[in-house]
Order: sequence, then structure tokens, then C-alpha cells
Amino acid sequence: MAGSSTGEVLVRFETEQVLQEGRLSLAKRSADRLYRGIKSSIAIVAFLLIWELAPRLGIVNVTFLPPLSTVLTAWWQLVLSGDLADHLIASLTRSIGGFFLAVAVSIPLGLAIGWWKGVAELLNPLLEVFRNTPALAILPVFILLLGLGETSKIAIVFYACAFPLLLNTISGVRNVDPLLIKSARSMGLSPVSLFRKVILPAAVPTIFVGIRQAGASSILVLVAAEMVGAKSGLGYLVQYTQFSFQIPQMYAGILTISVIGLIINYLLVHLERKLTSWKATFSE
Amino acid sequence: MTTAKISIQHVHKAFRIKRNLGHLKESSQPVSALQDIHLEVRQGEFMVIVGPSGCGKSTLLDLLAGLTKPSSGQILLDGKAIAGPDLDRGIVFQQYALFPWRTALANVEFGLEAKGIGKKERRETALEYIRLVGLSGFENRYPHELSGGMKQRIAIARSLAYDPEVLLMDEPFAALDAQTRETLQSELLRIWEATKKTIIFITHGIEEAVYLGQRVAVMSSRPGRIKEVVEIPFQGRTSEEDLRAHPEFVRLRHQIWDLLKDEVQRAQEQEKTSSLHYHQQKIKDKGGA
Repeated sequence: MAGSSTGEVLVRFETEQVLQEGRLSLAKRSADRLYRGIKSSIAIVAFLLIWELAPRLGIVNVTFLPPLSTVLTAWWQLVLSGDLADHLIASLTRSIGGFFLAVAVSIPLGLAIGWWKGVAELLNPLLEVFRNTPALAILPVFILLLGLGETSKIAIVFYACAFPLLLNTISGVRNVDPLLIKSARSMGLSPVSLFRKVILPAAVPTIFVGIRQAGASSILVLVAAEMVGAKSGLGYLVQYTQFSFQIPQMYAGILTISVIGLIINYLLVHLERKLTSWKATFSE
Repeated sequence: MTTAKISIQHVHKAFRIKRNLGHLKESSQPVSALQDIHLEVRQGEFMVIVGPSGCGKSTLLDLLAGLTKPSSGQILLDGKAIAGPDLDRGIVFQQYALFPWRTALANVEFGLEAKGIGKKERRETALEYIRLVGLSGFENRYPHELSGGMKQRIAIARSLAYDPEVLLMDEPFAALDAQTRETLQSELLRIWEATKKTIIFITHGIEEAVYLGQRVAVMSSRPGRIKEVVEIPFQGRTSEEDLRAHPEFVRLRHQIWDLLKDEVQRAQEQEKTSSLHYHQQKIKDKGGA
């Protein structure tokens, strides 16, 4: 059995190599993470320092760009007075509402459109036109049709989220590796199980690209909408404080929006990693 | 004759290929891919089909898998015509075709799920076949964490797990490096002897064909026909001596190469003329526009 035993030795060698790589990367990964953590926070710390020092040293006008500490004090007062919470809740309700509405409509619709090739070819040009029409350009239309209330805000967020979601879902379904479909079909899978067990899981990463794009634009569009016509919300807070010359409060509002954006992005990335943990890690 | 496991009877396959969508009206002309393929494979036999590139080997495999239908003729499995894809045939592809979101174990379970087997039994069967292909301990790895050779082992385990009558293999080792390929070849022979499956193995490697096959069917260039079926009379091929150095092995290798030589040349000519034709059309189209 000389022939087969050399074979087995080769396999064992191959096997051990893979196992060893796994063990090595565990220790390396934690060191890497620390290093990356330091590296990625340097720029932010420097930026915040400049923000604090530049006004204090008279490099920029304190009235128009107050130091960070002043802004944070103003932010804390907004928290204590409950104003910030009110605006935050108003904004989040709108943007989360619109976002989930878009998820609920676009993903099933995209799956259906992607699955029936003819439909996709028919609708794609129109969808491209809609996607390339900025939501803000249509905002006046929404206000005209739906008024200044909550409906038009949620509708504009929905619109802004719907297209990236829809287009990414369609392309996710349509770009599934044909070999995987062939392989599943050769095992006699019915169209329904093929869709559930192959198409859907294969499309998840691309769908998530859409979800992240939608998450980002939900905040962007909402803030703009609140600046144009609203009586509450973070966009309104920024606009209103600027008009009434409460500059530290304005910066506090902007800072809040940035942090919200970061948190939403972080949550979505985290969820994405969890759902697509089978993919090669991004650091490699 | 009557005991054939698989009987391919006078199978033709033609495609309509859209060539040059321009002003010329002859937009779709049928191209004959397979012509009068006639071949019988016995129960438990290891049959290798070898041919030049583009000869329709993979088309033949698609037909056997039931993914496409012959233009004429029929293919019988245990005396019954193949109506479509089913779990009585398992396919192993060159590019593994593992589902990247499933672990090795879940990949092997895939066909068993399709068969409607219960969770516990599914797991046991899958583990057993992972052991058979020598990958115990790797059940919970995702495909991207496995080497090419390991992926192909898992793919083989997946196809064997749902216990098909016939294993169809489409150049399964072509993407692997030479050492891994040789290892997997001898492993495949071991698995074949352990499971007693009927295997139809497609390749363009002559040495691989002689090493693995009990019989080697040599195909011609397009349109693909079976040019000759060569018997490979080695007994107990998994035994000690290095088969590849055997004088009989060398002779058979040479015999098949002789059969294939002209076909390879013709296939290359075909490729050249078709690409030349394509470019000429393109130039013509540009001139006309």
C-alpha cells in the first residue's frame, strides 16, 4: 500500500498546515486589533484636539467655531433639558420607519424582479432613472402631495432607501454563481427550494450592500428634509439654532447626527458580518 | 448488453448559437455538438471519457445529469430513460460548486436534505462520508477555509452522501496542482472500490484516463463522436507498484494519444477559424456602420 500511504501523508501535511494557520491567526489577530485600534483613533483624536485648540489660540473665530468643550457643554445642556431627546426621537422615528418600510417593500419586490428575468429586463431602465433622481430633488413633490407632516418625511426616507435596496437585491439574485444553481438543480431541487436554499443565501451579501447604502441615505435625506420643512427633528434643531445664533447648540446638533450615522453604520456592518460570517474575512 | 447501467443510445445534440447579431439574417444556425454518441456503461464500472477541448464532453455530462435533453436519441439509466435531474446521479464539478455559506458538513448534508432525510440521520451519514474522503475534523470549516484539494474531497463526499446510482465527474481534478491531483486520483480509486459506484469521469488528461479508467472512451473533435473505446486491463490498480511506470501503461497512453492527436489539432484549427471568423465579422460590421 505504498501508493496510498504517500497519499495519506500528503493529506495529513495539508491538514496540519491549515490547522496551524488557524492557530497562528488567533494570537496575531488580537495584536492586530490593538494596533489597528490605535492607528484608527489617532486621526480622530488629532482632529478633536485641533477643534479644541484652534479657537482658543485665536486661529479661527470663536463665535463661528467654538471650542469642542463649549460644544460638549451645550450638548449636555440640551440633553438635560430634554430637547435633544425630543428631536432625536422625532428623527429616529421617521428615519427608522422609512427605512424598515423600504426594507419590507424593496427586498421582497427585488427578489421577485430578480427571479423573473423578463421582469428585471423590463423594469431595470425605469429603476435606473428613479435611482439617479436624487430624493432631495423630489422633496418638493412629496411636500406638495403629502403636506408638511410626518407622512412626507417618512415617504422621502422610504423613497431614498427603496432604490439602493431594490437594485442591490435584484443584482444579488441575478448574479448568483450559475454553477451553484446548476449544482443544486442537478440534485433535483424544486424551484422553490432552489430559491430558498441557494438564491437567497447567495444574494445576502449583495442585499446587505443595499441595506448599508439605505441606512446612510436615510439619515442624509431626513436631515435635509427636516431643514426644509419641519417643527422637530435633528435637522430642524441645526437649522433653528443657526437662525437664532445659538452656535454651540448648532454644533451639538451636527455632532449628534454624525454619531447617529456612525452608530447606524456600525450596527449594520456588525449584522452583516454576522449574517455573512462564511465569507473570507475582510482584513485578508 | 442487457446489463448496462447506463446506455447512451445514438444521442445527438445540437445548439442554436446566435452568431453575429448584425445585419446578416442568418442569426441562429444550429451547431452540432454531439453526433451519434453510443456507449454502454456497466454496473460498477469506472468509465473515463477523454477528448480534446470543445468536443462536447461537458455537453454529454449535462445530458447524463438530465440538465439538458438530447436533440435525438436517448439515455437509459437501469433501462429507464432519463427524464431530468435527480438524486440517482451525483455530479462533481471542476470548480467544486460548494455552497460558500454552508460549512463542509452542511454542504455534504445538502443532497440529503433534498432527499428529505431526517436531521439526525443526515448528520450521521454526512460525517461518515466526510470520514470516507479523509477530512474528519474539518466538518465545521467553511469552503474558503479549505484548500482546493479539500474542497474537491468535500464535493465528492456531498455527491456520494445521497447514495446515487452513478457518479458523474466533470474534469474534477483539472484545477488542482499536480501533487494534489495524483493524491486525489488514488483516493478516488480507493473510494470507488469501497463504494462500488458506477463512475463516469470526464477529462482531457490522457494519463489520468489510463490511470483511472477500466475503459477509456476517446472522443473526436466537434461534432463529438466516440472514436474508440479502449480497454485498460489492469487488475487491482490501487496495489503497490507505480502503475505509471508500467510498460503496458506507457503503451496504452501512447495508443490513446495517437487516437487523440489529430483530433486535438483539428479542435485547435476549429478554435482559430471561429475566432478569425468572429473578428472578420466584427470588422465588416464596423465598415458597414
